Amino acid sequence: MSRLTIITKDKAQVTMESLYQDLERRIVASPPGLCTIDLTRSFIKMCLAQSCGKCVPCRVGLRQLARLFDDVLDGNATDETLDVIRLTAEGIYLSADCAIGYEAAKLVLKCIDGCEDDFRSHIERGFCSCNSSQPVACVKSCPAGVDIPGYIALVHDKRYADAVRLIRRDNPLPVTCAYICEHPCENRCKRTLIDAPVNIRGLKKMAVDNAGVVDVPECGEPTGKKVAIIGGGPGGLSAAYYLSLMGHKVTIFEQRKQLGGMLRYGIPNYRLPRTKLDEDINAILSTGIEVKKNISVGTDITLEDINKEYDAIYISIGAHADKKIGIDGEDAKIGVTSAVEMLRAIGDDEIPDYTGKKVVVIGGGNVAMDVARSSVRLGAEKVSIVYRRRKEDMTALEEEVAGAEAEGCDILELMSPVRIEKDKNDKVVGLWVQPQMISKIKGGRPSPKTAAKDEVLIPCDLIVVAIGQGIETRYFEEHGVTVKRGTIEALATSEIKEHKGIFAGGDCVTGPATVIRAIAAGKVAAANIDDYLGFHHEITCDVEIPYAGYEDKIPCGRVEVAVRDAADRKKDFEPIEYGFSCEEACQESGRCLRCDHFGFGSFRGGREEQW
Amino acid sequence: MVNLTINGTKVSVKEGTTILDAAKSIGETIPTLCYLKEINEIGACRVCVVEVEGTERCVTACNNFVEEGMVVYTNSRKVRTTRKTNVKLILSQHDYKCGTCVRSGNCTLQSLANELNISEMPYDSILEKDNWDMTFPLIRNAQKCIKCMRCVQICDNIQEMHIWDVVNTGSRTTVNVRGNQNIRETACTLCGQCVVNCPVGALRERDDVGMVLDAVEDDEVITVVQVAPAVRTAWGESFGLSKEFATAKRLVGGLRKIGFDYIFDTTFAADMTIMEEGSEFLERLPEIKESGLPMFTSCCPGWVKFIKSQYPDMADRLSSAKSPQQMFGAITKSYYAQKLGVDPEKIFCVSIMPCLAKKDEYTWDGAKDVDAVLTTREVERLFKAFFIKTDELEEDEFDNPLGESTGAGVIFGATGGVMEAALRSAYYLVTKKNPEPDAFKAVRGLDGWKEAEFDLDGTDIKVAVASGLGNTRRLMNAIKKGEVHYDFVEIMSCPGGCINGGGQPFKDDASMVEERRNVLYGLDKHNNIRFSHENPSVIKCYEEYFEKPLSHKSHEILHVKHV
Repeated sequence: MSRLTIITKDKAQVTMESLYQDLERRIVASPPGLCTIDLTRSFIKMCLAQSCGKCVPCRVGLRQLARLFDDVLDGNATDETLDVIRLTAEGIYLSADCAIGYEAAKLVLKCIDGCEDDFRSHIERGFCSCNSSQPVACVKSCPAGVDIPGYIALVHDKRYADAVRLIRRDNPLPVTCAYICEHPCENRCKRTLIDAPVNIRGLKKMAVDNAGVVDVPECGEPTGKKVAIIGGGPGGLSAAYYLSLMGHKVTIFEQRKQLGGMLRYGIPNYRLPRTKLDEDINAILSTGIEVKKNISVGTDITLEDINKEYDAIYISIGAHADKKIGIDGEDAKIGVTSAVEMLRAIGDDEIPDYTGKKVVVIGGGNVAMDVARSSVRLGAEKVSIVYRRRKEDMTALEEEVAGAEAEGCDILELMSPVRIEKDKNDKVVGLWVQPQMISKIKGGRPSPKTAAKDEVLIPCDLIVVAIGQGIETRYFEEHGVTVKRGTIEALATSEIKEHKGIFAGGDCVTGPATVIRAIAAGKVAAANIDDYLGFHHEITCDVEIPYAGYEDKIPCGRVEVAVRDAADRKKDFEPIEYGFSCEEACQESGRCLRCDHFGFGSFRGGREEQW
Repeated sequence: MVNLTINGTKVSVKEGTTILDAAKSIGETIPTLCYLKEINEIGACRVCVVEVEGTERCVTACNNFVEEGMVVYTNSRKVRTTRKTNVKLILSQHDYKCGTCVRSGNCTLQSLANELNISEMPYDSILEKDNWDMTFPLIRNAQKCIKCMRCVQICDNIQEMHIWDVVNTGSRTTVNVRGNQNIRETACTLCGQCVVNCPVGALRERDDVGMVLDAVEDDEVITVVQVAPAVRTAWGESFGLSKEFATAKRLVGGLRKIGFDYIFDTTFAADMTIMEEGSEFLERLPEIKESGLPMFTSCCPGWVKFIKSQYPDMADRLSSAKSPQQMFGAITKSYYAQKLGVDPEKIFCVSIMPCLAKKDEYTWDGAKDVDAVLTTREVERLFKAFFIKTDELEEDEFDNPLGESTGAGVIFGATGGVMEAALRSAYYLVTKKNPEPDAFKAVRGLDGWKEAEFDLDGTDIKVAVASGLGNTRRLMNAIKKGEVHYDFVEIMSCPGGCINGGGQPFKDDASMVEERRNVLYGLDKHNNIRFSHENPSVIKCYEEYFEKPLSHKSHEILHVKHV
């Protein structure tokens, strides 16, 4: 017998490792609309299988919990059962020896607290309150409910213009979204069960890049009703488009020189080329929308005037006010700016020159990355991104952070800005930061705490504050619109309580969010404004969707959209992404599992033909 | 055209054909279970799986389409074992005590299990709890439900009543009343379309045979039975009898053997309904023209229930004439009781109906007119229980006088029939001359919403006929919105009318409806009397008892107020 041996994994261990990975992917692809109790019960069973069996609470308690959950699911439970579940879970949490036990109990306690209605439904009514329609995951995850399997199938058939038509039924900014949508649709893609989510945005880009000019549908009979849209960003444009298709006369009041809102004044050209944005805007305006630019409601026209002249109003003013960081020196005359200010100027082609400058960007969101990457392109000598937490805690998309780094931006993580150092001319010369260490997790996010290290001075010429945007609500608040925590208060229907005929949505209601959420809000507003005006126009699309193929779904990697080499792309504001090749698009679209046809989709939730 | 090979045979079919239909076109059978053409094509049971060359996993034939060059095997080893496993799995969640099931011998799952030669079960039965209200005319046995979803689809997409729903997820997924309500609290019209489309015994009617036999066997009780028009189109189906053989008269022969005292024809009451409803229509016509709102027929209880729950403000537009079933009961217990010289209390009036809703309707007045309702299916079972050799039955006549009928009364069983019969007599009532019997045939046919316009002695009459509650809802909405204007509207809850009623034999083939319809129109065509007002028994009934349509007595006995 040798004294020591090298341990190698046996076949069963290797198999289990692979099963763990399969299960991880499976959890990621968990579809919406499942029974929380049933899932938790399955989790308990898994925890039980992980138990070493030494200690009572874990070995016996988890098994009893699994049985009690079965009672709930089988309709054999009473209020008492719920009490026993809680008591047992608390006992396990308080007394299990190791994390396998007490963390399992925590999971159960979380479920009891968070899913009480589901428990009630099972106990009192003997069935689950979770909905009986299990929608197609990507469609459900898209705030605008775009028919994703439908357009993927069209892209697969190279029917790009039809794909654009289909997308426009629910989202009139297909080009914009093809470039910059955060694609929540991919988050729960069922394909993840096999390998990885379908690259949905990439396929949309394939469609819009190859569709050519696609005409919009004909507008309905004129209704004689007039609707005013305040703010021509994505939400306002979306509402305007659908209302115009319905036959209403729409006027957009835009404060700035051009339409597009944050799409133009927040997102740099290298991510969303202006020409591409204009394709969407031109299509939308081709429905016959009137646009009044350079008009600020409150300054150039009053809400009352609009109210008098129009039958309904949609407020979609977005979130365009910058937020101050509130540190000493922020008031420096030269060298401090905000992301909003900087990007707005670029949007109107007032391009600043950062040649030779050292720029510090404060913030960790997508806007911070936009600002940092733009600064590189404006000739900055050095760009540093200062962030209080770790890189992985940044709210910016992973690819944005990686993009910034590739283009030469330094990420200074765990650095909290303390004050701005100025020279005698009131010009910035540096930013003092206090090193942090990552610490306890609060509200699901690890929080930073001051590290026992000295403050550091980061020498710089320009500081760009990118820590979020606020909403210019003051005028509306003065005119009776309720504002709560800085946002306009509107119902889920976009209506504003006690103001008949006035609707609001998008960033100004939710706070800064994504373009697709603004579009969805515009769609909701259009539907409800139409109803409010006494109509019920239906938005439809007569594009026929190709049949779903029956072929085996063999595991296959996800094709990513290629980007220009960092060294090359950082020199200009030209778009950084290439599109899919035909071959790539064909393979990638073929990865779609067609949940509109297979699974619950063929029964319910496969397709909403109209709204 | 798409070219493919199925089981070695080359076949060419139109693009967009399912594998199932392609196989059918060359006479290859692919078994199905949950599939219901155009209604339920969801591939839930996985019984219709086939193997496609080059594809590892099986493909469902019912909802996948042919592709050029495809090579299909419908019975390969892979297919057979997979299919068999799936049927066994279905059986493990199905209470297969076939000996006590009303659907034994006419159950898709049972025949499938037999066909697949399943004689052993490797799985334990896992049956759902069942706590249905067994007094309700519609009975659902959760332990027999195979979750094929046909009932949900029919109720959602054809009848649009949304009574059934899928509840729970995962292994506990099942079908139940939407929101787990008590079925009595819902707007269920008891149309029974879910029942006639259920492939197994999960849905059925409440069995009232025992109650009827108690009365038949009680010497103190006079049993009077009426047979609805549509019953004669279908009663022989489950005995394998041809339409030519399974006549109404042979049904009478069978009923005679059971021991009913009098066997009458609901068709007589249908003729009476026409007299009352036709006269009522003419009386209400000026008001109809003025208000722009039609009069609705009231013979379908599913429809009456529908309008009362879905369009209560329109319920007063219903004709006040009782339905033929109720009118028959009312006449039996008044005029006929007097004629027999017996106490109406001693009469037990049974009706045999193609309908589930009739099992509800007769209770609306506290079961005063009618005492029990049997469906066509219950009569089949009754005959079986009496070991009646249906293929050897002799024809027998209905009793008189309430057994005399016309061609007009008999077409009541199909969509458009009530309207046509009413117009034939209305024409006579206005002009005092008979029209051509087929003058109003524009209202015939299985379309869900039909319209026609007729000239009634100088007055333009616009009529509409709808069947199926989804179609009905569309028609009602159009009336409410003022998009359409009719004078007289006939509604039947079941698509195609009573021939396709919720009490008719189970069918897995929609062509049955057309066959049944042909029986009724054949009977009309060959009847010597084709006008309700010419039915000698009807004439006599008025002479001897009711005096004339809409008389005081008629109002009292033959009409009901709908509110």
